[in-house]
Amino acid sequence: MSILTLLEIKDGQIKKGSLSAVTCARQIAEKTGLPYNIALVGNPSDQAIDEAAEFGAKTVYVVKVPNYTAENYKIAVEQIVNESSAKYFVALGSAMGKDLAPRVAAKLGAGMGSEIIEVVDGETFKRLMYAGNIIATIKIKTEKKVLTVRGTAFEKAQKSGGKSDVKSLQPAGTFDKKRFVKLEETKSTRPELTEAQVVVSVGRGIKDPENIKIVDGLADILGAAIGASRAVVDAGWLPNDYQVGQTGKTVAPQLYIAVGISGAIQHVAGMKDSKVIVAINKDPEAPIFQVADIGLVADLFQAVPELTEKLKKLKEQSA
Amino acid sequence: MKILVPIKRTHDPYSKIKLKPDGSGIDTSNIKFVINPFDEIAVEEALRKKEKHGGEVVILSIGTQEAVEQIRTALAMGADRGILVDTAGKTLDQDSIARIMVKIIGEEKPDLVIMGKQAIDDDSNQVGQLLSEYLNWPQATFASKVDIQDKKATVVREVDGGLETVEVDLPAIITTDLRLNQPRYASLPGIMKAKQKPLKVVKLDELGVDITPKVVVEKLETPPERKAGIKVKDVDELIAKLKEMKALPF
Ligand SMILES: Cc1cc2nc3c(=O)[nH]c(=O)nc-3n(C[C@H](O)[C@H](O)[C@H](O)COP(=O)(O)OP(=O)(O)OC[C@H]3O[C@@H](n4cnc5c(N)ncnc54)[C@H](O)[C@@H]3O)c2cc1C
Ligand SMILES: Nc1ncnc2c1ncn2[C@@H]1O[C@H](COP(=O)(O)O)[C@@H](O)[C@H]1O
Repeated sequence: MSILTLLEIKDGQIKKGSLSAVTCARQIAEKTGLPYNIALVGNPSDQAIDEAAEFGAKTVYVVKVPNYTAENYKIAVEQIVNESSAKYFVALGSAMGKDLAPRVAAKLGAGMGSEIIEVVDGETFKRLMYAGNIIATIKIKTEKKVLTVRGTAFEKAQKSGGKSDVKSLQPAGTFDKKRFVKLEETKSTRPELTEAQVVVSVGRGIKDPENIKIVDGLADILGAAIGASRAVVDAGWLPNDYQVGQTGKTVAPQLYIAVGISGAIQHVAGMKDSKVIVAINKDPEAPIFQVADIGLVADLFQAVPELTEKLKKLKEQSA
Repeated sequence: MKILVPIKRTHDPYSKIKLKPDGSGIDTSNIKFVINPFDEIAVEEALRKKEKHGGEVVILSIGTQEAVEQIRTALAMGADRGILVDTAGKTLDQDSIARIMVKIIGEEKPDLVIMGKQAIDDDSNQVGQLLSEYLNWPQATFASKVDIQDKKATVVREVDGGLETVEVDLPAIITTDLRLNQPRYASLPGIMKAKQKPLKVVKLDELGVDITPKVVVEKLETPPERKAGIKVKDVDELIAKLKEMKALPF
C-alpha cells in the first residue's frame, strides 16, 4: 500500500505550486508509515521526469496524455493507483486538481477532502468552510482516500536527494465524449500569483481599467504579482485568473498590498494568511482595515504614485 | 431540450457566520437563506438555453422542507417545475448527494445538467464532478460561456493561467463560474405563477440510496482572528513601518 501524489506539468515542466501536494504526501507518509509515489500525467519533458525522481518518492509513474481533460487524466490516475496499490491520492487544489480529484474519488469509491490545510492523522484532516470562517475537522471513513491541498497551507517540497525508480505506463484508454479545443493563456511577465513573494491587488477603487497602470510601477519595483478583487474581474478590467478570494485564488505572500479594495469576507478568505497586509483605501471604515497590519487612509491616486516613487529611491539606495 | 438544475439552500453570502456556543453547528438564528449564488447562475443559464432552444427546466434540491422556498424562487425566475428530495434533516456528505442525483437523473433523463461549481457553505466543489463520473458523462466545470448546438456544448472554462475551451457531447454536466451570467430577478407575475407550478416531494427513504457517509465532520472551530494592525498617517510612515517589519524584498 502507498500514497500517490500528482505533480502538475505545464509546458513540459513541473508546476512549482504542485510541490505542496508532495509535502502533504510526506506528512501522511510519516503518520502512516506508507511510502509515497509520484504521478506525472500529461507531457512531462525528460528533464521534468528526472527532476521528479529527486523528491524521495519510491517510484515516479509517467503516463503521457496529449491534452488535459479530467476524464482522460482520471483514467491515467486510476491506472497508477492500481499499479502502485495506492490508498491515498493527493493533488494540489488548483483548477486542475479541483476538476480532477472528485472524479478520481468517485471512480475509486473514495471519500474526499477538498483543499485540506492540515493532516491530523491518516484519516483525519482539517479544512476551511464558509469562506474561511470555520475550520472543520473531517474524518474520511473509506479505505481509499482522496485529498486536494490548499497550496498556502503546505510548503513546496524540497528535493531530498536519491533517485526514484521511473516507470512509464501506456494510457489504458481514452474518453471520447469530450474534446479539448484550445487554451487561451493570460500572458504576463510577472511572477505567478500563487507563488509570488509580494502581491499588489487592485479593487473597484481603481475606477477604470486605464488606471491599473498606476500599480504597474509599484509591482515592478517589488517584483510583485498583480491580483484583483472580484469586482475588477467582473468588470472585465483584468482576466479571471487574477481573482483572489473564496472563489478565486488563495495567496499567502510575504507582503500583500490591497489598493482600493473594501475587504469583503470573500476577498479576505483568499489573502488573510499573508505575512504582512497593507491596505490603501480612502474610506477609514473599510473592513479591509480590520485585517491589515498597516493601513493608510488615503486617495490611492495620490498615495500609490508617491509610494512608488519613494520605494524606487529606497531600492536604488539599497542596491 | 430538458435541463436539470440542482440548487442548494445556503446562507446569504453577506451574512455573518458564527458557531453555536457549543460548537455543534452554525448559529442560523440571524441568517437569511438563499439559493447558493453559483446555483442561481445555473438557473439563469438554463433559462437562457431554454429561451433559445426550447424545452423544459427542472429544479432539484436535496434538503429539508425549507428548501421549497428556494425551489419556488427558481420557479419564479422562470423554471417549469421542481423536485425536492426531503432528507428529513439527515446529514449527507457530497458523495451521497451525488448518488441521490444519479437516481433522480435516471428517472428524469435530462439532456443537460447545469449546476454550481461550489456550495458556499461547505466550499467543497465536488458534487458536479462526482456526479459526472457516476453517470460516465463528460464534465465541463467552472464555465464562463456555454454554447449549445447539435447535441454538443462548447464551453469556455476558467482555469489557472487563462481560459480553456472544451467540447462535450450531451448529455453532460456543466458547473458554473461567477462570470457566466448575471441572474435575473423574479418578476411579480413570475412569483404569482410560481405558486401554481408543479413541485414534487420525494422522500429520501423511497429512493433506496445508501447514505452511509464516506466523510464525516468531527468538529467545527472558529479560526484565530487576524488582528487589525495600525493606521499610518502618510506614505513616509508606511514605508518606515514596512522597513521595521522587514516586509520589503530589498
Ligand atoms: C458567492 C460569492 C463569491 C465571491 N467571491 C469573491 C472572491 O473570490 N474574491 C473577491 O474579491 N470577491 C468575491 N466576491 C465579491 C465580494 O463580496 C465583493 O463584492 C468584492 O470583493 C468587492 O470588490 P472591491 O473591494 O474591489 O469593490 P468595493 O467593495 O466596491 O470596494 C471598493 C473600495 O475602494 C475604495 N476606494 C474607492 N475609490 C478610492 C480611491 N480613490 N482611493 C482609495 N480607495 C478608494 C472604496 O472606499 C471601497 O472600499 C464574492 C461574492 C459572492 C456573492
Ligand atoms: N443538497 C443539494 N441539493 C441540490 N444541489 C446540491 C446540493 N448540494 C450540492 N448541490 C449542487 O452541487 C454543487 C456543488 O456543491 P459542492 O460540491 O457541495 O460544493 C452546488 O453548487 C449545487 O449545484
